[in-house]
Amino acid sequence: MTMPHPDLVAVLAGLLVVLILASVVGYVLQRRLSPDGSHAVVENLNDRIRAWWVMVVLMGLALIGGKTGVTLLFAFCSFAALREFITLTDTRRADHWALAAAFFIVLPVQYYLIWIEWYGLYSIFIPVYAFLLMPIIAALRGDTDHFLMRIAEVQWALMICVFSTSHVPALLSLDIAGYQGRNVLLIAFLVIVVQISDVLQYVWGKLLGRTKIAPKLSPSKTVEGFVGGALSATAVGAGLSWMTPFTPLQAAFLSLVIVLLGFFGGLVMSAIKRDRGVKDWGHLIAGHGGFIDRLDSVVFSAPIFFHLVRYGWSAV
Amino acid sequence: MGDKRGGDMRGALISLAGTLILFFARFLTAVRGRWEGVAPAAEQQIYYANHASHGDFVLIWTVLPRRMRFATRPVAGSDYWLKSRMRRFIGCDVFNAVLIDRDRASRTRDPIVQMTEALDAGSSLIVFPEGTRNMTQAPLLPFKSGLFHLAKARPNVALVPTWIDNLNRVMPKGEFVPIPLICTVTFGAPLRLAEAETKQDFLARSEAALLALSPKSNMS
Repeated sequence: MTMPHPDLVAVLAGLLVVLILASVVGYVLQRRLSPDGSHAVVENLNDRIRAWWVMVVLMGLALIGGKTGVTLLFAFCSFAALREFITLTDTRRADHWALAAAFFIVLPVQYYLIWIEWYGLYSIFIPVYAFLLMPIIAALRGDTDHFLMRIAEVQWALMICVFSTSHVPALLSLDIAGYQGRNVLLIAFLVIVVQISDVLQYVWGKLLGRTKIAPKLSPSKTVEGFVGGALSATAVGAGLSWMTPFTPLQAAFLSLVIVLLGFFGGLVMSAIKRDRGVKDWGHLIAGHGGFIDRLDSVVFSAPIFFHLVRYGWSAV
Repeated sequence: MGDKRGGDMRGALISLAGTLILFFARFLTAVRGRWEGVAPAAEQQIYYANHASHGDFVLIWTVLPRRMRFATRPVAGSDYWLKSRMRRFIGCDVFNAVLIDRDRASRTRDPIVQMTEALDAGSSLIVFPEGTRNMTQAPLLPFKSGLFHLAKARPNVALVPTWIDNLNRVMPKGEFVPIPLICTVTFGAPLRLAEAETKQDFLARSEAALLALSPKSNMS
């Protein structure tokens, strides 16, 4: 393994400082407002900060590990997300083989294609090949009840949990002039902008939130929180342009795209949760619900960020 | 259990197999225990659960805290678990199951006596009062009378209803590739045989207590 790039070290050190500050603030708030653990907002905040530590450490290790680390980490995220998604679908016995294929063939093949950087195939493997082959496997079992709904659910699960998510490690395959060896920083940029936007929307919403933006879908989201969060996250993104191949203006534009997609992606995933009658996708991360609850905004922004950067900056 | 025989090769193999099975169960099901009616305290208990898959007791075993895990023995049918060397190893050595013969005609020992012996030796038990795996659409099969006789033989040991959710979808009967899906194990409030309670009343009460833990029955 080669030494991590100095910029990556700087980013990780920066995140460490932010987390330490957050932990100190969380500790003080807890001592002041919730010494007996009764203040729900403070307790939730501290749960989130603890989960943040785990995520940043894992993410940091993966980024230092380079292509292998990042690909393995996101393959596992895809697996955990798909497991959560399929749990909430109405699949039945007749879908058994199609589901087994989704987990044990489609998912590993997609990440293998990402690993060998075969752009032409990983871009269409799930939208074309899985899309056509999976319903065939399901049809062979002969159960036609709710057939369209069942195959649509499985295809949607694969698109969201595997296809979209795999575009995060795919960022490593881009060939950007003057940026060689630093591609992991594109991942750091994407993830930091998405997550900081979530945090800032939460903070702005708690401070100024009045007007609900989608009361049916996500009662905690407000116009004030969204606008404040999106603008301040865009500003943070512009400020991070030093770690990217972009100028500050370009970084601001891409951040805005990431933030908007992340926000609306969150709404879409909330709509699915409402439809299924659950509050969280799972229970893996304390304070954050399941994997998909944390991944949803990244998932929606990753493919578009990837294609914009590929079109605008990459030679391959 | 492996730790009692620790040191020798066989013991190491048994505890390795136990660890692998736990890892595999978590990987497939991300199983979580929900202690709704009882705390995970190291008291002697009889966990009675719904039965849809051979992996049922593995999930209960996985969510029990480590110390309780090694003091808890599943009660299982010898016709299945003695069939091959592999099953015998997993059933007898790894899980230390109390193997009972479900066939009244051929059996030489009374299952209730076998279970009370295990209880008297200090173990907790996992039992499946439906008597067989539930392959129907109904959430629960009618309980066999074994649970009543067990409760009557050892009235001081609490019976904890334990609902295992989703494992039947992970591995339906006849399939050999499991599908990763999230499972939960919910422990309800313990119950005991009341004085002068009839067999019918007790079985109905314990069935209802178990069924009430099913997330599907709580959906509004």
